[in-house]
Amino acid sequence: MSMQSQDIIRRSATNGLTPSPQARRHEQEVAKLIDVSLCTGCKGCQVACSEWNDLRDEVGHNVGVYDNPADLTAETWTVIRFDEVEDEGGKLEWLLRKEGCMHCEDPGCLKACPSPGAILQFANGIVDFQSEQCIGCGYCIAGCPFDIPRINSKDNKAYKCTLCADRVAVGQEPACVKTCPTGAISFGSKAEMKDLAQTRVEDLKSRGHEGAGLYDPPGVGGTHVMYVLTHADNPTLYHRLPAEPHISPVVRGWKEWLKPAGALGFIATLAGAFAHYMAVGPNSTDETAPEVPEKELVEAGEKPDQNRRDA
Amino acid sequence: MALGRREFLRNTGACVAGASAVALGFVPPVKALAQETRQYKLLRAKETRNNCTYCSVGCGLLMYSLGDGAKNAKPSIFHIEGDPDHPVSRGSLCPKGAGLVDFIHSETRLQYPSYRAPGSREWKRISWEEATDRIARLLKDDRDKNFIQRNEKGELVNRWLSTGMLASSAASNETGLLDFKFARALGILGLDCQARLCHAPTVSALGASFGRGAMTNNWVDIKNANVVLIMGGNPAEAHPVGFKWVMEAKTRNAAQVMVVDPRFNRSAAVADFYAPIRAGSDAAFMLGVINYLLTHDKIQHEYVKAYTNAALIVREDFDFHEGLFSGYDAATRSYATTSWDYERDEQGFAKQDPTFQHPRCVLNLLRNYTSRYTPELVSQITGTPEKDFLHVCETLASTSVPDRTSTFLFALGWTHHTNGSQIIRAASMVQMLLGNVGMPGGGLNALRGHSNIQGYTDLGLLSTRLPGYMNLPKDSQQTLDAYLQAVTPKADEPKEVNYWHNAPKFFVSLMKTLWGDHATASNNWGYDWLPKWDRSYDMLAYFERMQQGKVNGYIAQGFNPLAAMPDKNRMRDGLAKLRFLVIIDPLDTETSNFWQNEGVYNDVRPEDIQTEVFRLPSSCFAEENGSVVNSARWLQWHYAGTQPPGEAWNDGRILGTIFTKLRALYAKEGGVCPEPVLNMQWNYRDPEDPTPEEVAKEANGYALADIQDATGKVVVKKGELLPDFSVLKDDGTTASYCWVFAGSWTEAGNQMARRDNTDTGLGNTPGWAWAWPANRRLLYNRASLDPQGRPWDPHRKIIEWNGQRWGGADVPDYPLTSPPGSGVGPFIMQSEGMGRLFAGASLVDGPFPEHYEPTESPVLAPALGSKVRHNPVARQFADEIPRMGNPSEFPYVATTYSITELFRHWTKHSHLNAIMQPEQFVEIGERLAGKLGVSAGDTVRVSSRRGYIEAKAVVTKRLKRLNVMGQEVDQVGVPCHWGFKGATRKGFLANTLTPAMGDANSQTPEFKAFLVNVEKV
Repeated sequence: MSMQSQDIIRRSATNGLTPSPQARRHEQEVAKLIDVSLCTGCKGCQVACSEWNDLRDEVGHNVGVYDNPADLTAETWTVIRFDEVEDEGGKLEWLLRKEGCMHCEDPGCLKACPSPGAILQFANGIVDFQSEQCIGCGYCIAGCPFDIPRINSKDNKAYKCTLCADRVAVGQEPACVKTCPTGAISFGSKAEMKDLAQTRVEDLKSRGHEGAGLYDPPGVGGTHVMYVLTHADNPTLYHRLPAEPHISPVVRGWKEWLKPAGALGFIATLAGAFAHYMAVGPNSTDETAPEVPEKELVEAGEKPDQNRRDA
Repeated sequence: MALGRREFLRNTGACVAGASAVALGFVPPVKALAQETRQYKLLRAKETRNNCTYCSVGCGLLMYSLGDGAKNAKPSIFHIEGDPDHPVSRGSLCPKGAGLVDFIHSETRLQYPSYRAPGSREWKRISWEEATDRIARLLKDDRDKNFIQRNEKGELVNRWLSTGMLASSAASNETGLLDFKFARALGILGLDCQARLCHAPTVSALGASFGRGAMTNNWVDIKNANVVLIMGGNPAEAHPVGFKWVMEAKTRNAAQVMVVDPRFNRSAAVADFYAPIRAGSDAAFMLGVINYLLTHDKIQHEYVKAYTNAALIVREDFDFHEGLFSGYDAATRSYATTSWDYERDEQGFAKQDPTFQHPRCVLNLLRNYTSRYTPELVSQITGTPEKDFLHVCETLASTSVPDRTSTFLFALGWTHHTNGSQIIRAASMVQMLLGNVGMPGGGLNALRGHSNIQGYTDLGLLSTRLPGYMNLPKDSQQTLDAYLQAVTPKADEPKEVNYWHNAPKFFVSLMKTLWGDHATASNNWGYDWLPKWDRSYDMLAYFERMQQGKVNGYIAQGFNPLAAMPDKNRMRDGLAKLRFLVIIDPLDTETSNFWQNEGVYNDVRPEDIQTEVFRLPSSCFAEENGSVVNSARWLQWHYAGTQPPGEAWNDGRILGTIFTKLRALYAKEGGVCPEPVLNMQWNYRDPEDPTPEEVAKEANGYALADIQDATGKVVVKKGELLPDFSVLKDDGTTASYCWVFAGSWTEAGNQMARRDNTDTGLGNTPGWAWAWPANRRLLYNRASLDPQGRPWDPHRKIIEWNGQRWGGADVPDYPLTSPPGSGVGPFIMQSEGMGRLFAGASLVDGPFPEHYEPTESPVLAPALGSKVRHNPVARQFADEIPRMGNPSEFPYVATTYSITELFRHWTKHSHLNAIMQPEQFVEIGERLAGKLGVSAGDTVRVSSRRGYIEAKAVVTKRLKRLNVMGQEVDQVGVPCHWGFKGATRKGFLANTLTPAMGDANSQTPEFKAFLVNVEKV
């Protein structure tokens, strides 16, 4: 049994009729649990992420908040979000949330991606971008219910957290998990992380956080990055964390309905053509049709072989 | 091949169909993808263990360098992550530590020596040979010209005041030892390290209260607490990995975490309770807590009676009236402390009344003294709402029972005040009353700053200090006997250990280390060669002398005083009066460039500055072997993972080379008082480049003759390393540089490099590294048991009596064979053997703490019926008084602090960290911002009487307007990190704003409370 498997279970722009190898079944799913009630917003995770992944973003500006960089970028794969929230009684909370890829069980990015194999989902639940295959179309961004991937203007490819797939593959925890000073980030099997979350939620409830709970949204089939929230009844307090994330109906409609329908239509067309061929036979050809002069072909942009060789 | 139209169309159609099929997903997985995941980059890289160089948590590092260690591969560190074996950090690193690789490879790391000529606008590259020759010559000429052999009274003083030195608290102990020998051999008194600007008041206060000036417990032990009070510190930001154990207390021990701070900071973000406070009013808060505990009888009676001086009787002439203790002399701004003492019997022992009936027993005096600090008044002074104050009192009071503890975590928020020592005194009194000192999960946990600031304090790198918490002799101590008599206390009670009665052994062993064979009984072990002091030449005092043109030369090693000292513009004017400045640093600092015009950030005319400046590149932590001492007194040994960059040298080689050249000059030319220079023991294999290993052994010490125990048995043979400090002698047969380090490198090997992280109980790991003293991890641990040896709390048993000896999970901080019930007190360094509620004359500003207003304060009328507004003996210089502002011009209270992404002015040189906090900001409450018309992200100008800075405004709900003595007070937060060098955007040195006034005991500047104005730019 292992959790560091990189066996691919899903690939972008690839259907289930031609699946990846399926024999290795004795594998567990991993998960990262982020307990916001223990997070001090130190940004150790941000630095460790960039350090491990050899990312160096621009030195930006202070725009009047602690959030820096101000947003995720192709060279910043996780950021801490800082929100000051005061209740009616004037009690102040500084809500800190580490934002980054959620590694959805049902990844909207992968669903939306038109480039075969540019987005993979591994058996352990990690969703990883294959930059070599990325065509920079940005559909993954449209497909993501959490607004995570970013296109790099330098190479026109999309980037996001890999859950340190390279570390997990050799049996290590992700860089952010390891570095987290307060233990706000944990890593293990998804089942164990849910158990841990349960313990933490009980503790928070005992401290008066009635709304505490686990964030593992079913709208995306659950996630491999989960949160313990003190206000699980109102996730949007945490820098607009979606209360009920789901893949956009456009992406779903296109990928789950339109695309199969298109495929069916395509098959039907081919089948019809084949039937017509069988039943009616090939079209007859007019043997006397004039040859097309070479010049015309050149103008049409189709150079004769000879010219190609000369070039 | 010619293509017919039909073929062309047919082929095109096939292509389209194929492409559509691919697009629709009708393809097998691509056969040969480049790779699915990025390759793991550490597989056979060389791994080197080290410790983080930033703060005093001392996290373990794994440094990965290119090559597998083969000789032909040039190592270059390309990745650093946490060491999972480390008992404190357990693999974690904060944003500073996680970005270390960019500090090592910073673009602003110095690669070769350079020189700036008087009046020049540029640096010029020079060779090491040229630099060290020239520096040695400058030092010798200045010393020969200005060395003072005798003072006006004709007393032998052998001091050199016109050149000073700053030693780096981020360097190793081994460098520190060389710093000390270098500076004292030359007679330098203007010697200081970052402790002066940091935790010096802690050392004064905790030493006075308990006998040692260090954090009482340790990082991991915080997890044993039931209540964690964070006040005067912000460990989530300044000690993020140590804060792990606060979270552990919370998650595993159901601890309540409380934060009291001017700002709702990142510690408060995860606390159970937060209360605001006006910066500079913490003493009033803590005295209010004492009043609450005494009024509500929430003290641990048995503990207080047995282990504190509550029952001791104070002299009749001790008095406190209208803000002043007895003995005040306004002319000299000092106290005569004769009356601050116990009433004594015929034998000189302190009288006591265990029934607490005597009106002048300490407890009754204290009760009466603190009765002024009612919750109402505390709330008025501090601005803390009364109900919040009472909540803190009640929660702390819940730990007055034997089986509950609270731990106090504090740092510079308590030290950076003109009464900083007394704030910490008040807190230590609270903990004594609650019975929380010596207890697992209790204590006064001073969270030290730099990675080796504890070590540099231990090593005596402060103006009037010697190693091991001894004082340098002063003018009046003209003979060795006079000195030893002054530093060797007599016991206040019979039976007490009074460990300082061994002071002569510590001192003579030090002298044998300093002067080697030149130290003999007949020359009083070279006593005359030590410089004697007439006053403290601490940083504030020394920069004052610089202003006055009395200083010619200055060496700053791993120190950036232009950024670190208060009133930056005035400090810069002081530097400009130097003839020469020597910078030893891995980085290109603001101080080394103080003569450069950086526009608004440093507006000077280089041609007017005649200082010649040497900039010498040194190695950093990753490029040296050595030990550093963390806040919990652990000496941890680390290893070099690579070579210094370019032409950079290790600090030891820089000091060794200059010192060797100086000695050669003295040997050849003679000069003024050459003896200490030539006699200083410098017997390293290569005097120009002492190795850390030989210096570390020297710090531990050797037997110079066979050492026998009381029965005459030889316990240490001549030439062997000393096993511990119990074998030290005052007859010249032992040499030990720093007695508290004795035991760190023994015949059994380098104890500092030990890596057994076995938990012996309550998170104690005595097999990891080595802790002074004697590898004790929890100071005063005998106080965790009652006088009969029963633990106050059975779940917190850390030591026990086995019928013959003390033993257990920790090394007992107690005589091993003094049985339960012997009556020997647990505070073995104190002459009473007890914790001091009444501190006698051990502090200069009173045996009890008192609230005084900061030098700059919005409160103009003294509260408490006092006649004095400010600490009457605080350090103040006449020239600084006109530079103080008043609330009509500067209406807001400001406080400076660190934030978690950056360490001082240092981490800004790391690209990774610059990304995290790229630009200077200040924090302003929403109501003040509303009044000033400032929105988040606007640029504001913050000014004090001393200068201004401009920064982005972070407008926040986390800074609340407070009601203080009937007036509304807004506070402004000024993080202290940016400057005109490094990888962040250029900024102002925040210490432009701060006042150069100091704590009465330790002269640490008042960085934490002063007045400013704020305007939108």
